Amino acid sequence: MNNSPYLRKAASVQSVMLRVLLALLPGIAAYVWFFGAAIAVQIALASIAALAAEALILYLRGKPLKLFLTDGSALVTAWLIALSFPPLAPWWLTVLATLIAIIVAKHLYGGLGQNPFNPAMVAFALMIVAYPQYMSRWPGIGASDFATQWAIIFGLQANQALDALSMATPLDALRTALHTVGTTTPATIASALANNPSIGHLAGRGWEWIAAGYLVGGLWLVQQRIITWHLPTAFLATLCLLASVASAINPGEFAGPLFHLFGGGAMLAAFFIVTDPVSAATTPYGKLIFASGVALLTWIIRSFGAYPDGIAFAVLLMNIAVPLIDMATQPRVFGHKKNDRNRHE
Amino acid sequence: MEVSGRGDQTRHHTLTMRLFDFNGGVKPDYQKEASTQTPIAVSPTPTFLVIPLHQNIGGTPRPLVGAGDHVLKGQRIGAADVAADGNIRGNMSSAIHASSSGRVVAVEMRRMPHPSGLSALCVVIETDGRDEWIARQPFDYRSHTAAETRDYLRDAGIVGLGGAAFPTHMKTSPGKTGRLDTLVVNGAECEPFITCDDLLMRERADAILQGVAILRDLLAAERVLIGIEDNKPEAIAAMQAATRAHNSNDMQVIAVPTRYPAGGAKQLIRVLTGIEVPHGERSTDYGVQCFNVGTAYAVHEAINLGQPLISRIVTVAGNVAAPRNYEVLIGTSMKTLLAQSQCLPDTDRLIMGGPMMGVTLPDDDVPVIKATNCILAGSAKLFPPPPPEMPCIRCGECAAACPADLQPFELYWFSRAKLFGKAQEYHLFDCIECGCCSYVCPSNIPLVDYYRFAKSEIWAHESEKAAADQAREHYEFRQLREAREQQEKAARLAAKVAASRAAVAAAAATAIAAPEKSTAENIPAPTTESATPAALIAAALERARAQQTQPQNTTDLTPEQQAEIAAIEARRAQIREQAHPHLPPDD
Repeated sequence: MNNSPYLRKAASVQSVMLRVLLALLPGIAAYVWFFGAAIAVQIALASIAALAAEALILYLRGKPLKLFLTDGSALVTAWLIALSFPPLAPWWLTVLATLIAIIVAKHLYGGLGQNPFNPAMVAFALMIVAYPQYMSRWPGIGASDFATQWAIIFGLQANQALDALSMATPLDALRTALHTVGTTTPATIASALANNPSIGHLAGRGWEWIAAGYLVGGLWLVQQRIITWHLPTAFLATLCLLASVASAINPGEFAGPLFHLFGGGAMLAAFFIVTDPVSAATTPYGKLIFASGVALLTWIIRSFGAYPDGIAFAVLLMNIAVPLIDMATQPRVFGHKKNDRNRHE
Repeated sequence: MEVSGRGDQTRHHTLTMRLFDFNGGVKPDYQKEASTQTPIAVSPTPTFLVIPLHQNIGGTPRPLVGAGDHVLKGQRIGAADVAADGNIRGNMSSAIHASSSGRVVAVEMRRMPHPSGLSALCVVIETDGRDEWIARQPFDYRSHTAAETRDYLRDAGIVGLGGAAFPTHMKTSPGKTGRLDTLVVNGAECEPFITCDDLLMRERADAILQGVAILRDLLAAERVLIGIEDNKPEAIAAMQAATRAHNSNDMQVIAVPTRYPAGGAKQLIRVLTGIEVPHGERSTDYGVQCFNVGTAYAVHEAINLGQPLISRIVTVAGNVAAPRNYEVLIGTSMKTLLAQSQCLPDTDRLIMGGPMMGVTLPDDDVPVIKATNCILAGSAKLFPPPPPEMPCIRCGECAAACPADLQPFELYWFSRAKLFGKAQEYHLFDCIECGCCSYVCPSNIPLVDYYRFAKSEIWAHESEKAAADQAREHYEFRQLREAREQQEKAARLAAKVAASRAAVAAAAATAIAAPEKSTAENIPAPTTESATPAALIAAALERARAQQTQPQNTTDLTPEQQAEIAAIEARRAQIREQAHPHLPPDD
């Protein structure tokens, strides 16, 4: 028996997820353009692993396979894992990470809609702790052809060759610079990075264009009303503010805002990771607090921590705080004065 | 007056008045054009009218007629169930009238237009085709008191015709201040398919305004704002022309942006005045009251023409070949109307109301009632069954669509987990069940059903709790009474023993001692002057034996009571020992 309303908007989880995948394409295109098709291989690996894991768990849980396999949520997780991992990571690392994301971070918590932590970030955090050596296999621009990349991913290439091919990311360069500034030359971060071959106009060579691709896709998602402006704006604005203030005060130790925004995974995080509706805060004010918190923790880890990029840890830490944030930021209900929670015994 | 401080005021291009906005809302396909192409048709008087006595909240009206009686059109057949002292609860009821002349064939239970198909007491009239009116007397409300006018409206059966059928006389008292800032007249009609108010405004604008003027006078309203969604330009033009003809400077027709549920009373009040009337509070206390245009028309007919509410405009739309508005006598079978509009064969459901808030009816053999604004025939093509329900992904679409500014997905989680206290804490009862959240949900979750479930569970729980409270009170009172009876019995016994001892002493002294005055009435008078101690004791033992064989109220006693009884028993044993030293003690 179905009750009113009898009319429904043509909307589905599937269409939401597919549009998120579509929005990732500009960034992926830039990725392939600058760093070769290795990333496409990784996306394919992660997608296959995600769908296989999803199918297995759905079968074990007795859930309808077709309905949930086609909802696109596993693919979004898979793509985000592939895009946040180094493209030259060994195949098994990507597959293992995806399996953990789908099986542990998603389904063991109850499946679609139930996971308190962002599955892709769980996978990233686990892998960077467990396999830091593989998690630094970032390619240099034009340093390798597809055949070489393929060989590296599938372990057909000797490791010494790999060292010649991979290159420090902008954040790695920053990390190195941070450790050299003050010890060798009294230069600023900017000048230390200026001589680094991996640094482009804004941040990393190539990386800044990928970030721009994510920005374009992300803005389209806002226009499509898949995500609201709150999360990306709060994240980017907070990161920008912290970097600006810190670099203005002490340019010798802190990188500037453009570097933070266009280096590393900031754009991907702003539009595709902190915006995961399941694990993010949901109220308007809650979203601002959540994303600002992620940005603050990211900046702290980037500036003072042991890992080059802290987005995964920052997201997970803020995920824990979501129930509290949501509870504390409930919007004013029509006709009510602010903050009048309807206390019920 | 509490005016919300939101800065989201918009300006409508055709108006000079500043409008406000409500958050949320949706824009479904309105599909109103089909039924606005032809004017209102008068639905012919059917052979049988089935007129339910209970058509609105409040007590069920008492039937005033019986089988065999002849009734005239407009004759009161159900008297408002008014308590003798005229209290508010009793006064909620509203009268019921014969929609046409004829003979009452039965006053019996008939199926109501209700989703569960429940039955209610109906007056069944076989019409005589003469459509013979009662003597119609206009009511000069200016020469009557407000209370008399309210009683008149109640006895004319006037209720809100927007769909809720709330008795109009209950809404015509100004608030605490005795005057009203704004009377809002609701011509928004935001539900898809429904066009009865639209057509009424197009065709009978002047009569509506006459009714509005009466309501304005009753409420001592300073200004009247008539809100109409801007997708009804003909209705707006007709109402504006009528306002000009009326030369009423205090009445303004205002086009409001078309967005469901702009026609919700709270939403329309907000749009026109900026005032947010909180859930459960009287809008008059905020200086505003709201009536539907159809209600104003009915008020005009009742006051100015002396005609009680016996018909209304009903839209028949959806899966019918000839969608149209009809002026229908209350009690006409929906089947007749659907036949007139040529209901299509693939119709798979019947909805009373619109597609957003309407209720599915079990079949078409039910009468049109005062709340019937639309009969919507549905088909699988028109309203396809919802795709399979997916888990909530907390996307927040529902929160963005909620006109009550709730967090629907939170209410969903709480309702689903049966955390009803939490659901109430998150203002479940502020939900107006407009359906916007379900409409936008990408996971196809029937969210409103979860809220209906939670609300009904809470209501059931509250009535259970009330019943349990009453039972506990009864139980505690019984315990109290039993304890008191025990005490009284003990006192009586003590007095009796004292009397016996006195009698023994008296017998010994050949004198009779008077029993204590306080317990005198409980004690049988000392039997005879010649009563010997042995006889008295034998009689006392006999009574004790008789008492032991009777069921005793000594179960479920409190420790205090048990201690008291033990003390009494001990005293009894002591007394017996004194009176008869050689008898062995009881235990």
